[in-house]
Amino acid sequence: MKKTPAFITCSSLLIMAVLGACSKSDNSGNKLVITGSSTVAPLAVEIGKRFESLHPGIRVNVQTGGSSRGIADARSGLADIGMASRSLKDSENDLHAFTIAHDGICIILHQANIVNALSDEQVVAIYKGTIKNWKEVGGPDAPITVVNKSEGRATLDLFLHYFKIKNTDIHPDVVIGDNEQGIKTVAGNPDAIGYVSIGTAEYDATHDIPIKLLPVNAVPATLENVGNGSFPLSRPLNLVTKAVPTGLAKEFIDFARSKQVHDLVKEQYFVPLSK
Amino acid sequence: MSRSRSDAMLIWTLRCCAGIAGAIVLLIGGFLVIESLPALQHIGIKRFFTDASWHPSANASQGTFNLAPMLWGTLLAMSGSVLLATPLGIGSAVFCHYYAPPMVAKFYRKLIELLAGIPSVVYGFWGLVVLVPLIRQLEPPGPSLLAGIIILTIMVLPTVALMADAALANVPSHYLQGAAALGLSRWGTISGVAFPAAKSGIVTGVILQTGRAIGETMAILMVCGNVVQTPSRIFDPIRTLTANIALEMAYAVGDHRSALFVSGLILLALIVILVSAAEIHSKGHVYG
Repeated sequence: MKKTPAFITCSSLLIMAVLGACSKSDNSGNKLVITGSSTVAPLAVEIGKRFESLHPGIRVNVQTGGSSRGIADARSGLADIGMASRSLKDSENDLHAFTIAHDGICIILHQANIVNALSDEQVVAIYKGTIKNWKEVGGPDAPITVVNKSEGRATLDLFLHYFKIKNTDIHPDVVIGDNEQGIKTVAGNPDAIGYVSIGTAEYDATHDIPIKLLPVNAVPATLENVGNGSFPLSRPLNLVTKAVPTGLAKEFIDFARSKQVHDLVKEQYFVPLSK
Repeated sequence: MSRSRSDAMLIWTLRCCAGIAGAIVLLIGGFLVIESLPALQHIGIKRFFTDASWHPSANASQGTFNLAPMLWGTLLAMSGSVLLATPLGIGSAVFCHYYAPPMVAKFYRKLIELLAGIPSVVYGFWGLVVLVPLIRQLEPPGPSLLAGIIILTIMVLPTVALMADAALANVPSHYLQGAAALGLSRWGTISGVAFPAAKSGIVTGVILQTGRAIGETMAILMVCGNVVQTPSRIFDPIRTLTANIALEMAYAVGDHRSALFVSGLILLALIVILVSAAEIHSKGHVYG
């Protein structure tokens, strides 16, 4: 199934968050504790479920708390595996990172908009509100509708990080939750600009939804370019361990990097490893 | 089994049912308070109304947590829709009862019942793809307080229409016969006899629809634009407290998450105020 209704996703995440907050981690027996990034967590939960069904008696316990917690827990041994939605920093090279998927976002416009490319500076100026009309970037004389993501979303973090702007500097006209809502908003408004996960956008753009994906820094926004690492607005989703993984942790990481989970990766609008 | 024993079982079953229903409300209220406590302690009640903006992702000291614009958003969307839906709903009930031919009235009532049964996400979807682009042509950007008010009006209209309809149907027929015997006009009968007698039911309908307007989330989330600001015009985007929770809950951690529970607590307080108002009102009036 390609599209899970947003409210189901939201409520299941909510239940997860509540359950996660209640349970304490313990490493006894056949239990694998995974903590960290809330971006990776929904994918890890799905992979965990499939892993459990293939390995009866094994429990995979996924808890969220951000990439920093994933790194800290993996280092301290509180978790068997940490999750981080970024590459390891230089200060973290005592740990081992295993990429399980890539996440990329792209700028989208309505198909009727004659603008076909925006420089990074233009995108920043539009989101900061210094460019307010499409005619300033070679488009029609129409006010720009700025579509931003709601606070806490991983796509927002990645967007802010790449363009080096603070969310407090952005003056949006519309704030959206999930990717589909963003695409519907832009598809219904020829003057809108937004950014969403590439997986979702590419699927919808090829299924008669009137949106177009803009290149970033002259690199076309395609899943392929995210997968081979050339698309700048992307990041790896990593599983992190303290030592070279053995036993159950190794099995899980190998499973998470295998072809067997590619459908789960795509369901979460991430890009599977290219080989 | 003797009759008295089965009676006793029935009574205990019913007591259990009532106990569970009551306990659920108390548990939810308690849960909200417990989850809100970290935010209330770290941030303090005052900052929820005096901070510069709503940017809660950072921790308590760096983030800003002003919920007031969203409280205004909720209140404006609610009052706008209630002001529109109440006369429409009561008007439709009066039409149904006193002016429409029986066949038309029956068909019309079924239509209103259908309107009440449509899931809110469908209204939201319709609003997003039809209503919002229409408003955008009138005045960009489109997603706005106005869109929210229109969607909410359509959603809560059936509640007051059906309640008023039921209340008018319960007006004792000898009241109406008495009015006819006095030679009152049709409108005279409706405004002077039927309305006062049905007042309680109509007010209950209005209160129920207000509750629904406050609590509505999905449709509002899709059409209101969700920008955190106190609207100065009806074309400005707004965010309601309910939309705030639905938008951010999935990704919120720490004080941010706790602050969302505070939004929930404020919503609960609004509903409590509403119910209390209804209680006070129902004690004060004359007709049963």
